[in-house]
Amino acid sequence: MKNLEDLEKKINSELTTKINKTEIKHNQIYLETDKDDFLDISLFLKTNNDTKFRQLIDITVIDYPERNQRFDVVYLFLSHEFNQRLVLKYSISENEVIPSLTSIFPSANWMEREVFDMYGVSFKDHPDLRRILTDYGFEGHPLRKDFPLTGHIEVRYSEDEKKVISEPVKLEQNYRNFDYESPWEGTKYIKEEIDSNDKKN
Amino acid sequence: MTKKIKNLNLNFGPQHPAAHGVLRLILELDGEVVEKADPHIGLLHRGTEKLIENKTYMQAVPYFDRLDYVAPMNQEHAFALAVEKILKIDVPIRAQYIRVLFCEIGRILSHILNVTTQALDVGALTPSLWGFEERETLMTFYERASGSRLHANYFRAGGVHQDLPKGLEDDISKFCESFPKIINDLESLLTDNRIFKQRNVDIGVVTKQDALDYSFSGVMIRGSGVPWDLRKSQPYDCYENLDFKVPVGKNGDCYDRYLCRIEEMKESVSIIKQCLSKMEKGPIKSLDGKISPPTKSEIKESMEALIHHFKLFTEGYRVPRDEIYTAVEAPKGEFGVYLISDGSNKPYKCKIRAPGFSHLQSMDYLIKGHMLADVPAVLGSLDIVFGEVDR
Repeated sequence: MKNLEDLEKKINSELTTKINKTEIKHNQIYLETDKDDFLDISLFLKTNNDTKFRQLIDITVIDYPERNQRFDVVYLFLSHEFNQRLVLKYSISENEVIPSLTSIFPSANWMEREVFDMYGVSFKDHPDLRRILTDYGFEGHPLRKDFPLTGHIEVRYSEDEKKVISEPVKLEQNYRNFDYESPWEGTKYIKEEIDSNDKKN
Repeated sequence: MTKKIKNLNLNFGPQHPAAHGVLRLILELDGEVVEKADPHIGLLHRGTEKLIENKTYMQAVPYFDRLDYVAPMNQEHAFALAVEKILKIDVPIRAQYIRVLFCEIGRILSHILNVTTQALDVGALTPSLWGFEERETLMTFYERASGSRLHANYFRAGGVHQDLPKGLEDDISKFCESFPKIINDLESLLTDNRIFKQRNVDIGVVTKQDALDYSFSGVMIRGSGVPWDLRKSQPYDCYENLDFKVPVGKNGDCYDRYLCRIEEMKESVSIIKQCLSKMEKGPIKSLDGKISPPTKSEIKESMEALIHHFKLFTEGYRVPRDEIYTAVEAPKGEFGVYLISDGSNKPYKCKIRAPGFSHLQSMDYLIKGHMLADVPAVLGSLDIVFGEVDR
């Protein structure tokens, strides 16, 4: 499809039951779906001649600890033929296991390992689900919002034991997270944002 | 009687000069043939994404210098563009040219390093000695504009931090005159060199389909014959006004990728020249006082400017609730920022899409069946920098 509006129509007509919401902004198309349908949608987007989203750019998760369905899983796709980008998203709760995309896009392998490492989301049928970025034997999932910025353990070389040891983090000074936000009203969009937040509460 | 021979497991790195940083590669060898490669990464993981979530938008910029530290400003560019798109602010034309100018300098910086160290990995010492002299010159340009050779912290949402100092434009255009000769010198050492060709031609071949499947971008996909360059296909800043070619490889081997990089450096020189000739005097950052800090002289005279300055450097600016993925053509490939803002002064989430991460992932597939001695050659042509792979 040459333009995004046509693509939106096409996706909506072909996958009506599977798509919850579509939106076009910033010259990209954003889709929302459910966990059970996303493999079908990915396969459709990759193979259909009018979409041709043949490259998976990235997989990531957004953490909203206050929500019932805690995580949003996000997939970014790119179509070279039509020069379009697509963002596919669905929500899951904390202990849900989600299907792996490695059978459709081989490059999903490390991206899913990273998501597993950083957020603790598990993937079904993943060929090699290990931690990737954190240290061997690391505990916890650093990018979750409830993981402290300073972490839990620190490592140092111990002269007594003649090896590298890990201990709980000891800070000379507590981490200071200053709250600089003030009711300073700036430009128009900030006023709108404040108003909409007030309405919600 | 036949004896059963066990495969040999070899630990390559993390302290190995050809590992280009801290890569631990576990190789399974059958004789001298690599059966399997398992890269262990994360030794340089600093939690950049977590840190950015805890900093204001302006404080987040320096972290981008520390990703791909051989071309720092290209990373900053992606973040600045993402924030600008959410804030819907315009960047003055002079700032756009300055940013593109420095992005192309970054591309030359990165490609010189890669081409010469790739040569070093396969046994040629001289190119790196010649190339690094030029890198030093380029880094002094960085220093004169931003105050530091590597970690520039120069781009801002809405423009750049400061205008170029006097005389810098002239010196950059002098460099543009002298540099093509250096590229030719490098080429005379490598392009037709018998040893260099033996080590690179038909090594690490990537087909078009595999380049798509493994999420390749940048030189890695262009080397395989896909003419895909974000500067052309999804132009950002002033790339639309500039005239340049996109070199494309034919065979998708290490040698073609080397040729692409050499040609891209020549194109970058031409882009820099065009930027210098098209650049006019004018503002270098957004004129919105709620986003860009005022100048020192304004602070001395205007109360409002003083307040803006104080608010911007304590609270920072707030960014409305939105989500966006923005990508730039960094020297190594598509560098992207997926930014979630929640209306506060800090990003709610900032996912960094590093090209090297996808490229390194394909190491197992690229090296399978090759000889052990090809490992550094393939690794060199992937153009891996651990700052961005590990984040």
